[in-house]
Amino acid sequence: MELAEENLDEHHLDDKQVLDVVVRFAGDSGDGMQLTGSNFTEATALYGNDLSTFPDFPAEIRAPVGATFGVSAFQIYFGADDVTTAGDALDVLVAMNPAALVTNLKNLVTGGLLIVDRGAFTAKNLAKAKYQSNPLEDDSLADYRVLDIDISAQVLAAVEPYNLGHKAALRCKNMWTLGLVMWLFDRDRNPTIASLGAKFAKAPEIAEANIAALNAGHAYGETAELPSGVHVYKIPKAKVAPGAYRNITGTTALAWGLIAASELAEIDLTFASYPITPASNLLHELSRRKQFRINTFQAEDEIAAVCAAMGASFAGSLGVTSSAGPGIALKAEGMALAAAAELPLVIVNTQRGGPSTGLPTKTEQSDFNMAMFGRHGDTPMPVIAAATPGDCFDVAIEAVRLATKYMTPVMLLSDGYLANAAEPWQIPDIASLPRFPVQFHCDPEGFRPSLRNPDTLARVWAKPGTPGLEHRIGGIERSYETGDISYDPDNHQRMTDLRRDKVQGIAKDIPAQEVCLGETTGKLAVVGWGSTFGAIHQAVKRARAEGHSVSHIHVRYLSPLPANLGELLANFDFVLVPEMNTGQFVRHLRAEYLIPAEGLNKVAGQPFKIGEILAAIHETLRQLEVSA
Amino acid sequence: MNKPVTKLTLKDYTSDQEVRWCPGCGDYAILKTIQKLMPELDQPRENQVFISGIGCSSRFPYYMNTFGFHTIHGRAPAIATGAKLANPDLDVWVITGDGDGFSIGGNHMLHVLRRNVDLQILLFNNEIYGLTKGQYSPTSKIGTRSPSSPEGSLDAPLNPCLVALGAGATFVARSIDTEAKHLTVAVKRAHDHNGTGFVEILQNCPIYNDGVFEHVKDKKLAADFRVEVEHRQPIVFGQEGEKAISLNREALQLEVIASAGNEDRILIHDETNKVQAQLLAAMQGPDFPVAVGVLYREEKACYVDDTQQQLVKMRSGKGSLEELLRSGHTWQVK
Repeated sequence: MELAEENLDEHHLDDKQVLDVVVRFAGDSGDGMQLTGSNFTEATALYGNDLSTFPDFPAEIRAPVGATFGVSAFQIYFGADDVTTAGDALDVLVAMNPAALVTNLKNLVTGGLLIVDRGAFTAKNLAKAKYQSNPLEDDSLADYRVLDIDISAQVLAAVEPYNLGHKAALRCKNMWTLGLVMWLFDRDRNPTIASLGAKFAKAPEIAEANIAALNAGHAYGETAELPSGVHVYKIPKAKVAPGAYRNITGTTALAWGLIAASELAEIDLTFASYPITPASNLLHELSRRKQFRINTFQAEDEIAAVCAAMGASFAGSLGVTSSAGPGIALKAEGMALAAAAELPLVIVNTQRGGPSTGLPTKTEQSDFNMAMFGRHGDTPMPVIAAATPGDCFDVAIEAVRLATKYMTPVMLLSDGYLANAAEPWQIPDIASLPRFPVQFHCDPEGFRPSLRNPDTLARVWAKPGTPGLEHRIGGIERSYETGDISYDPDNHQRMTDLRRDKVQGIAKDIPAQEVCLGETTGKLAVVGWGSTFGAIHQAVKRARAEGHSVSHIHVRYLSPLPANLGELLANFDFVLVPEMNTGQFVRHLRAEYLIPAEGLNKVAGQPFKIGEILAAIHETLRQLEVSA
Repeated sequence: MNKPVTKLTLKDYTSDQEVRWCPGCGDYAILKTIQKLMPELDQPRENQVFISGIGCSSRFPYYMNTFGFHTIHGRAPAIATGAKLANPDLDVWVITGDGDGFSIGGNHMLHVLRRNVDLQILLFNNEIYGLTKGQYSPTSKIGTRSPSSPEGSLDAPLNPCLVALGAGATFVARSIDTEAKHLTVAVKRAHDHNGTGFVEILQNCPIYNDGVFEHVKDKKLAADFRVEVEHRQPIVFGQEGEKAISLNREALQLEVIASAGNEDRILIHDETNKVQAQLLAAMQGPDFPVAVGVLYREEKACYVDDTQQQLVKMRSGKGSLEELLRSGHTWQVK
């Protein structure tokens, strides 16, 4: 399926009642756009809108000032209805310099609001963004409502009392801009003021200057002459289930899910990892959480990380390792040993653009094949994927449950988008979560390392330190009967079958595949996995509102697939599989079920837009119509 | 569980697995020595764990009636580190070879040594790849003819003890497969050491590299080509102790001198002196004897102990997951 895009009906800043808005803050990587975005997110959540965010930053830590490749952006979609993506087109674009403008303008809707810092549109910055003439002075921005303000001058005036010096004073530009946007959407500044106070507790004059800038930006909005049609927007609150909420990123949810899992499984967790973008934050978060049953180890390389995790599992802790694509490739041999030795292990893959170093800070789903098949020998392994930032919490618990119950390595797939994106998350009641305490084998009577549970086929977990259970395990094929080395041909067949059956058997222990939106039969099923959930969901919702026979099926369990998935998909005339790769899952579905299915594929380092999936739904339905 | 405490013997440490090394392999002698030593170590058998990589030496754990994990090529130090982190009470041993430990696993070797994880590393150095049928290894001498170097190997060998010292090892010893008494002392001291105890064991491969250490093993030759160093003892060798090692302080080099009449110039071994350890570790024939014994030891904090201290500190107030989930900004929807 060709990637095309339909423009959604979002030209609505003029409407009396605006129900949802997409705002993007863009500036230099040193401009503090991520901080601006996260504060706006906080305020928006407290306001009561549903929301989804998309931090989009460059791989360079401090790119040269004004460079297009150094633009850092933070996008937020918020509204009154259920929001599951960071939005397609922008209603509001904040561009702190020409580079931010040139790289983001194409996503601003006609009639959208453009806020720019005129002070940053210098000849030098314009040249760096390759502008022949200043867009603020020609008519190239005529399609937009432009609010061009010399923010730099405004900020310098606002923070003058604090004697910060020119450079430090200009650093408050982002808070001034935030103040203005908060005014525009009627957000409460107090949480930001409190967090600035906490962030700069050791430098109160910096905190005060930032707060002054924030307030000045807000005050500017109150008195400024705005482009026609732009006014203060009061977005209605979202209708969400009652309960306690917080904002959460996928990385934090995953880390906390692992902590929760250690309590539910009643086992210590050893997290061994090697820094890699975009997976490192998981190591950072868990390293701060050792007051729980967590220990962390920064290994010398990816291989050492998976091996240390496996060594921990051997010794009776649960080993968890984490990386992104290239690092996961290095761990492949270790995973296969965990499968052969039948030790529990969780491998988290926060996918990024590949191959090789690829696009380290951009998102992709192109490690599906590696997760499913990227090991030597016949080495089956359960693979599960998170759908949303909040879902990372649940998937982490499920990965630990499967690893410990079935004595197997489990691959958990996240991606760069999920890792950094935030959404409101209903805080779960830990006491109500099912517990699954790990049982170590302790009885020396008749002990063999090959003893296994007849139902799950899981080998016993007999940890060192247990008297009478001294035994040897390893990577050489072992006898089904005794667990000793065996080169017997029949035994190898039996053990290979056993490893396959054990993983396949998990299909009995996972929920049947459900349809998350729509009927269980119909013309078209849009099937997704991982972080495409939000965009598919919205697209299917819109297509259904238009009266089309379309359902959304989201697959969490990639290996083994849910037992009823084939049957379910056969109920549809056609299956469309949007993926941020060149068609890996769709190929697997066709191979498994021999069903007519087509992929919609995008590897642009950016998540799908709703309009792209909607266009593909329309086109697929049209083709079905023609062929009927 | 309440078995009477009886002293275990070599037999208790012998597994039921048939030993499958080639006849005459030096590994047999090492195995016997370690099995015999184990009951002396004052450790419950269930706490003893042997972790190995890949290669002839790495089959070792199968023959020990302890916990054992035969893992993947070169990675035993990383797996052992993870095991020790998960359960610091375990008495962890890494069994490796010159290819496993210093070629494919060189990186892990450096890092386990610099971290000073409290475990023992027994490096069986036979200067050849045995299990893959005789290719030259990172410790093979230049010119070693092998299936992959028919014209003689070109790469300079590395010296395991020197690399270990360079990586920050806190205990470095060298011994010989068939010298049971000497090996027992070296290994026991490595075990008693708080931190990583690294022991290079010169081991004969009778199939692919037979006799490579003959000059240090043969009773007659060894007197001239091997020197046993002992803490605070003068370093002398030769049939009658007629030769000695001396330090030329101007050139910062060792030299061989006659013992007689040079008593004040003979180097006294100080196993806490790193520079001296490096000089001794580097000695090789034909101009120098090969030094065996404890070359270096240093008291230093162990990684796992430090980790435990951090954990104790961070866990002084037990974490509440409910509190964590509600930390920062939260809001209530009614």
